[in-house]
Amino acid sequence: MEQAPRDPERQLQPAPLEPLGCPDAGLGAAVGKEAAGAGEEDSGVDTMTHNNFWLKKIEISVSEAEKRTGRNAMNMQETYTAYLIETRSVEHTDGQSVLTDSLWRRYSEFELLRNYLLVYYPHIVVPPLPEKRAEFVWHKLSADNMDPDFVERRRIGLENFLLRIASHPILCRDKIFYLFLTQEGNWKETVNETGFQLKADSRLKALNATFRVKNPDKRFTDLKHYSDELQSVISHLLRVRARVADRLYGVYKVHGNYGRVEWSAIEKEMGDGLQSAGHHMDVYASSIDDILEDEEHYADQLKEYLFYAEALRAVCRKHELMQYDLEMAAQDLASKKQQCEELATGTVRTFSLKGMTTKLFGQETPEQREARIKVLEEQINEGEQQLKSKNLEGREFVKNAWADIERFKEQKNRDLKEALISYAVMQISMCKKGIQVWTNAKECFSKM
Amino acid sequence: MGTLGEPGWRRRWRPAGRALSGWRASAGHLRRAPQASGRGAPTGRARGQRPFPGSSGSSALLQAEVLDLDEDEDDLEVFSKDASLMDMNSFSPMMPTSPLSMINQIKFEDEPDLKDLFITVDEPESHVTTIETFITYRIITKTSRGEFDSSEFEVRRRYQDFLWLKGKLEEAHPTLIIPPLPEKFIVKGMVERFNDDFIETRRKALHKFLNRIADHPTLTFNEDFKIFLTAQAWELSSHKKQGPGLLSRMGQTVRAVASSMRGVKNRPEEFMEMNNFIELFSQKINLIDKISQRIYKEEREYFDEMKEYGPIHILWSASEEDLVDTLKDVAGCIDRCCKATEKRMSGLSEALLPVVHEYVLYSEMLMGVMKRRDQIQAELDSKVEALTYKKTDTDLLPEEIGKLEDKVECANNALKADWERWKQNMQNDIKLAFTDMAEENIHYYEQCLATWESFLTSQTNLHLEETSEDKP
Repeated sequence: MEQAPRDPERQLQPAPLEPLGCPDAGLGAAVGKEAAGAGEEDSGVDTMTHNNFWLKKIEISVSEAEKRTGRNAMNMQETYTAYLIETRSVEHTDGQSVLTDSLWRRYSEFELLRNYLLVYYPHIVVPPLPEKRAEFVWHKLSADNMDPDFVERRRIGLENFLLRIASHPILCRDKIFYLFLTQEGNWKETVNETGFQLKADSRLKALNATFRVKNPDKRFTDLKHYSDELQSVISHLLRVRARVADRLYGVYKVHGNYGRVEWSAIEKEMGDGLQSAGHHMDVYASSIDDILEDEEHYADQLKEYLFYAEALRAVCRKHELMQYDLEMAAQDLASKKQQCEELATGTVRTFSLKGMTTKLFGQETPEQREARIKVLEEQINEGEQQLKSKNLEGREFVKNAWADIERFKEQKNRDLKEALISYAVMQISMCKKGIQVWTNAKECFSKM
Repeated sequence: MGTLGEPGWRRRWRPAGRALSGWRASAGHLRRAPQASGRGAPTGRARGQRPFPGSSGSSALLQAEVLDLDEDEDDLEVFSKDASLMDMNSFSPMMPTSPLSMINQIKFEDEPDLKDLFITVDEPESHVTTIETFITYRIITKTSRGEFDSSEFEVRRRYQDFLWLKGKLEEAHPTLIIPPLPEKFIVKGMVERFNDDFIETRRKALHKFLNRIADHPTLTFNEDFKIFLTAQAWELSSHKKQGPGLLSRMGQTVRAVASSMRGVKNRPEEFMEMNNFIELFSQKINLIDKISQRIYKEEREYFDEMKEYGPIHILWSASEEDLVDTLKDVAGCIDRCCKATEKRMSGLSEALLPVVHEYVLYSEMLMGVMKRRDQIQAELDSKVEALTYKKTDTDLLPEEIGKLEDKVECANNALKADWERWKQNMQNDIKLAFTDMAEENIHYYEQCLATWESFLTSQTNLHLEETSEDKP
């Protein structure tokens, strides 16, 4: 990796060694992927085709998950899940896809990739990962990370994550991302060699900036509020949805008990009617499992945007940090200029330690003063250069960040609308099943 | 069956909903039923708007107000075997006034006999005395029968009075299937002794109880029943005191338990079968009762959570400019489905739950009836045994045995006939209750389906509008 990334604060991107294909439309290649998630991929398709810079098209899928045991950093045995990532390149001419790469990654490697992207692309709303641990669980849903349903939903979430990156006009060109998909061994070392961890802004620094910044761009302040609201309302919605799902499960399952009552011992006509109706009640009771599984996919779609809120906040934090830095630099420059002026004119307008000690321990010589003025003038020059470049950086950041935020907004509106529509579709399907079952049951009752 | 009161009116009745008090204001006058035209279909929803097939005279659809004095003689057909029943006082419009009593009406439409006794139980009231607090229920009886002094009665009764009536009926007809009373107490889940739900459930059950007696071919003519419906409070108290005292009744019970054991041994085959059926039925119906109550509870909890679900989308719409309409529409759909759930729940508690629970109580009743039958038989058997082994003075025995044999035969026949009637009713009731439940569910899902489908349509239309605007 010759191309060491330059100072991330200057928002320069590590240039990829070779052009990276942007993924193509037909991304349904994942094994066992449910239709409910398809809506999202389709909306991703729009951005992908708009930003299809490259000749070569690739398809990415996270197609399998496997339980593994290994030794961790402390040489203790642990169990974890590994995910198979397959990359196919689509030949332009005949649309056939050829498997070009296939490797296994675990969740922590995805995290590493994301953390790297956060450092090197602070002006981008970086797509979030699916949740590390199961939250918003309800009665039947397991909180166990090893639970097959959870693993399956996570597999889909990880695939979605990769597709989001691959469809992003800027992120898709990143070298490390490319290597993530193609270089199984040694990838972790490669990432760490970039030294991105050192370049990350400390949380403390960021927090300090948030409190002390005087003139942040209003748009970012608003965006921060919006992301807080988004997070709060989606959390609330997911919590209530989980409770509703729990209750609905109860209603359906209890009906199944009717099917367990043995009526045949009682006289024939009544017994037969009730027995056959009981069978339909069993069908009714077991239908809820599929219904709620679909709803979990809907919940996952909302969860993605819950986590996106944090990504938005990260961009705002970066802006505040840069702005604060700028303000501090400007302040520093102003004070140096003032010092210089005071030295030159001999007036002391402000309190300074130097001034005090001079007073206490005697005046300095003109030569000393000249020397000091010269140093200050040099510093002022430097400072002015820095301020200029910081200003430029700041404006660049705002411009680029806002462009990505606009892109994000459109994506979000499309995706959420589709998710809501898919929710309606699910409800409709559930109602139709209900009508069917109860109509059958009613017929059995009427034959009694 | 034909032992119900003779005079018949073509039944005319009108949609429920008119307050009884409004009607009572004119109760002093005798009115004939204005021409209603309809017997609805025998489901709980009919309001009798369709013309009665074959009705002579006017077949105008029911539009008349309750107090309309439209009298069209031609339409009334009066049959009378007994001249005394042509008493002016027996003219009475038969006005079921509550939906529940209407449902009872509809059910008995199918019987060939014509109903001439209408009872409603309503207006529970709390009474506080120094000793106790209790609830009374208002009972309104309307009848055309001659043996009643008036065509309409209003009395207030408390639960104790109902218990008394039941005891008297059991005494008079030990092997008839007396309708069950709602429970005295409910063991668990009673926060305060008389919460509203409890009172309402009890009121409905008491209403059912009296109407079932009224519809029973034999019990309907019971004297104590008549007194219960018509006597003023003090009259009832004094009448109550006349019967065998509590202690002697208790004594009877003790003897009954002892002797019924003997009666089991010689129980005829058909009653063995009956007993088996009762035991099985009791098991099943208890299960059904538990399951149904549980379903209601789950639906209630689902409803409670759903109520919160819709408003969150409204909250969300406040921060999303581009999704406002979609989110608001979703919230609207969820709220409508929520209301549909509420309706489904109340349908369950109106139709299925009371019926199933009544039959739970019936099954207990039936076991009591079997015991009483066995006891009567045991009396006979013990006398026969005495005769066979010449244990005591046997001169009078043959005569006694003869009487007892008659008694046993009567009791058995009464039970057999009533048993058939009860089974028939039971099948109909259960069938109806379950069919209603299925219909409620179908209706619920149809409503929700319509709601979401219209949302989907509006979204698709919106999308088409938007895309067509984009096109040049």
